[in-house]
Amino acid sequence: MFINTCSELSSYAKIIENSLEKQKIKILVCGGTGCVAGGSLDIYDELARLVEENGNLADVSLLKEDESEVISVKKSGCHGFCEAGPLVRIEPYNYLYLKVKLSDCLDIFNNTVLNGVPVERLMYHSNGTVFKKQEEIPFYQKQTRLVLENCGHMDAEHIQECIGRGGYKALSKVLSTMDPKDVCKIIQDSGLRGRGGGGYPTGKKWGQVLAQQNPVKYVVCNGDEGDPGAFMDRSIMEGDPHKIIEGMAIAGYATGAHTGYIYVRAEYPLAVERLRIAISQAEEIGLLGENILDSGFDFKLHINKGAGAFVCGEGSALTASIEGERGMPRVKPPRTVEQGLFNCPTVLNNVETFANVPYIINAGIDEYKKLGTKDSPGTKAFALTGNVVNTGLIEVPMGTTIREVIFDIGGGIPDGKKFKAVQIGGPSGGCLTFVEKHLDLPLSFDSLKKVGAMIGSGGMVVMNEDTCMVEVARFFMSFTQRESCGKCIPCREGTKRMLEILEKIVAGNGTVEDLDLLKEIAETVKNTALCGLGKTAANPVLSTLEHFYDEYLAHVVDKVCPAKQCKGLMSYEIDEQLCRGCSKCARNCPVNAISGKIKEPFVIDKIKCIKCGACIESCTFHAIREV
Amino acid sequence: MSGTMIIDGRKIPFTGQKNILSVIRDSGIDLPTFCYHSELSIYGACRMCSVETSRGEIIATCSEKPRDGLEIYTNSPRIRKYRKMILELLLSSHDKDCTACERTGKCQLQTLAKRYGLSNNRFTQSVQEHEIDSSSPSIIRNPNKCIKCGDCVMVCEEIQGVGALGFVDRGSEVIIKPAFNKKLAETNCVNCGQCRIVCPTGAIIIKNETEKAWNALYDKSKRVIVQIAPAVRVALGEEFGKKPGEVSTGKIVAVLKKLGAEEVYDTTLSADLTVIEESNEFLERYSKGENLPLFTSCCPGWVKFAENKYPEIVKNISSCKSPQQMFGTVLREFYREKDLEDGRDTFIISVMPCTAKKAEASRPEFIHEGEKEIDLVITTQELALMIEEIGINFDEIEEEAMDMPFGIGSGAGVIFGTTGGVTEAVLRKILKNKYGKDDCEIIFNSVRGLDSVKEASVNVDGSEIRIAVVHGLKNADMLIKQIKSGERQYDLIEVMACTGGCVAGGGQPTPKYITRETRLQRAKGLYNIDKTSQIKSSDDNYIARNIFEDVMKDKRHLLHVHH
Repeated sequence: MFINTCSELSSYAKIIENSLEKQKIKILVCGGTGCVAGGSLDIYDELARLVEENGNLADVSLLKEDESEVISVKKSGCHGFCEAGPLVRIEPYNYLYLKVKLSDCLDIFNNTVLNGVPVERLMYHSNGTVFKKQEEIPFYQKQTRLVLENCGHMDAEHIQECIGRGGYKALSKVLSTMDPKDVCKIIQDSGLRGRGGGGYPTGKKWGQVLAQQNPVKYVVCNGDEGDPGAFMDRSIMEGDPHKIIEGMAIAGYATGAHTGYIYVRAEYPLAVERLRIAISQAEEIGLLGENILDSGFDFKLHINKGAGAFVCGEGSALTASIEGERGMPRVKPPRTVEQGLFNCPTVLNNVETFANVPYIINAGIDEYKKLGTKDSPGTKAFALTGNVVNTGLIEVPMGTTIREVIFDIGGGIPDGKKFKAVQIGGPSGGCLTFVEKHLDLPLSFDSLKKVGAMIGSGGMVVMNEDTCMVEVARFFMSFTQRESCGKCIPCREGTKRMLEILEKIVAGNGTVEDLDLLKEIAETVKNTALCGLGKTAANPVLSTLEHFYDEYLAHVVDKVCPAKQCKGLMSYEIDEQLCRGCSKCARNCPVNAISGKIKEPFVIDKIKCIKCGACIESCTFHAIREV
Repeated sequence: MSGTMIIDGRKIPFTGQKNILSVIRDSGIDLPTFCYHSELSIYGACRMCSVETSRGEIIATCSEKPRDGLEIYTNSPRIRKYRKMILELLLSSHDKDCTACERTGKCQLQTLAKRYGLSNNRFTQSVQEHEIDSSSPSIIRNPNKCIKCGDCVMVCEEIQGVGALGFVDRGSEVIIKPAFNKKLAETNCVNCGQCRIVCPTGAIIIKNETEKAWNALYDKSKRVIVQIAPAVRVALGEEFGKKPGEVSTGKIVAVLKKLGAEEVYDTTLSADLTVIEESNEFLERYSKGENLPLFTSCCPGWVKFAENKYPEIVKNISSCKSPQQMFGTVLREFYREKDLEDGRDTFIISVMPCTAKKAEASRPEFIHEGEKEIDLVITTQELALMIEEIGINFDEIEEEAMDMPFGIGSGAGVIFGTTGGVTEAVLRKILKNKYGKDDCEIIFNSVRGLDSVKEASVNVDGSEIRIAVVHGLKNADMLIKQIKSGERQYDLIEVMACTGGCVAGGGQPTPKYITRETRLQRAKGLYNIDKTSQIKSSDDNYIARNIFEDVMKDKRHLLHVHH
């Protein structure tokens, strides 16, 4: 099958749509990385086997005219509700089964697939209520899934499904009815801003590339998502790779580029595989390659695997890496739009940005602008993790408050603990630690900027009262310090020294002077570092110093960690009243720090103690405690 | 682009400067940098050139273009704090054993630490212990002194097209060294020493062999003969407060005599020998149409580069030994009998502007039955160290003349020390009596100066000879590629590894920032010597002629080598 023209594409889409409708029941087994790790592929095999045994398994090629009433089993992309995986969704009932085990498959098949009866024990429960339909679950209710619309709802390894769900319609529209200038203008008027960090207007960027005289230009997609805990881009690449391809092809047409590169971390093998399949399928049917849909527009895509350096998410380091050079940022100007990849004008956007493009073209500017805020239209995907009930991948309209995200979608803080802070945007994406007064802040580029933060790439880590903020700063600093490329002095030496001081503080050896020095280094690094990684590397330190200075003081002056997390500041004591002198703790102590006479209270030698906690676990009388 | 910027409250007009940094420096403020060299690409890593704008932004001035109306502060309290912090951070992981460092007093880090009053360091000293690489015959790399400014990496890659050094590992572990953990001597390093010229600290230094010179000078069983290359005389003075290009030949001779050299000779003379031999070789090859274009052979950095990268063109390189080695050959012949007579060994020291000359002297083809043609090569920089050590006041020393019989060279031989000089010297010989004085001047001028590739075309006996002069190995590399692709054709090509030629060699004194101006001034010094020289053309040098008729009679072939 080769699609030659735009009208061929739309008739082909109709055929598939019909064929999809004939699939009476669709079983969507989550094939995202998280669920795969939880064993979803075995569940997929088992369900497929059961359906096949029953004799009505749908052919995935979808185009059999004679097919009547069949059941399809598909590996879908990520549903987002990763903490409840492996997930199985059954359409048309829209039931979502959570934490499915191999042993549940027969139940699902017999009840739901054959008879439409829900298996309630596998459904989401909250306060005694069972949420049968996926869309009713609070985690999904407040979300608006635009970029993620297809993730979890279709088989990402078959381009036919994507076309049947409207894929490549936007590309067809652009190629047949618009000239490059129009496309840039639409994207600019839509107000779409780069989802990768800074929020630069995408259409403006495209227009700048279009204006360049160089005949060779490139489109580069940044899929080097490296923030700890962030996986929005991965989920899109795994769940709906064609959306990215379509967005990039439109960008190519809009700017006069004929070659594109998708830079994906090598740690995302499934994303790489899905993209590879998607590209080859798109090439096969003529949606990539020469003279796409008879428009005269050629576009070729390559995948480039990153070798695992966080800094390669920075634009100029990324292009250097594609060129085969050391992934090190360079000075700007010249900007990437003037001299990017191979010194040619380059559109560099991230995965989520490109994935927004088809919707904008299809739905139009007005429809798009209905979502989000005035300065930041549209939606934003976040990876919600940390001390929150529902963790996973979410997409909300810009302007949603942090409170809504954490307490409505995320279900609040587990185990009755108090909310303490939320850390947005990863260690270098412009993260700031929000205290409670910031909870009602709407999530948008400009509102966050006003409080000195950034949306960044969209990682969101929720922290409860048991979190030590000094330790949080230390954790992020150890990450950036390790990931610094080592080029500019402030970042190379500064992150190392900041980490050193933070380690000293959590070990209980910090002084008040250290806090001043820490702040001084942090400010120097923030203001003088060469690239985004360096400039933002100090944010976790500066923000915690600002909002949790008392906690720092407690560490250095009182030598106490208020959250009781820093081992260096803790000591163990045996309660004389409770101790029965059984000697169990002493026998369990790996360093012989506990001594005493049988049937008399034992004592811990605090100098010998390594604070491993073995004694606490061993004590039957709860006589040992941290102080 | 021109306009006016406001720098520290003063209106400063600018025209055409490539960055704000240049405007600031032109206005008389020496904004510090580690990683910025006007002739290299902008690396932007040291951040020392950051300034504060009137809007409170901090910008690195090396990478920003001047803008009309831009108001900046180069020493605001904020920027001073940051700058000091950067220095303090650098020092905290720097081997601060300054007294044992050869760059002490000239180290940019040390200078700036002093300038910004960094008296105490609040960080615990943490220097990673890296192995010192002294495998190279020319330079020593001490990674513990390295501040990772990248200057050496850039000069090796961008100017020399060699790329022997690169960045390894990342973050605070980053280190500059050859790929695959090799030692420098195992790489394609051509020993040009340009990395050492741009290095702001003592991380790359010349392999100091002055001790060997001291020992020889005080060894009664040795007759120490010294030859001095042309480019040394226009740069050594810089170590003693003179300006680049100021000629101090007589002082150098006097100093060497004081140090105990028995005879001090002028490499200019052997440059004349080279010119005569090379011209003959060229004309012969040209008439036969064999192995053309002929590449010059006097630069050992270039010869090694060609051997590494283009072994197929090695046959095109002139068979003439370099002036240094020719002199060694002549001196060995000259002193052979004398040595037997008085029972002493002749020990030949060359003073060279060049680190690659050290490597050249150790090449097996220049060692005969265990005897080196040149026993020891010391660079201009090392000679300066010896002068300092002996405690001579360079300013006050009385000039002396070179010794005879090998103390006279032609003007043509002198200009060997700058790019285009070899070509001009050869042209002076082959155009003699064929072109008028004015025409010659025009042709000579076309091969002078610092353009990366200079061309000339002359007509000799009805045939056109096409000449190219190139300096900087990256330029040579580019030229060879164009020749191979048929894009350019030449008959004679002069290659000097270092930009500007030997005057800017890797063994020369290191100014704070080496610029085009430094190179031009030193070259000018050589041209001035040429101007006042009685003998203009090499074949007019009667001593050179005598050598062929006397010492080297029937031994001319010893002046050649097959690479």
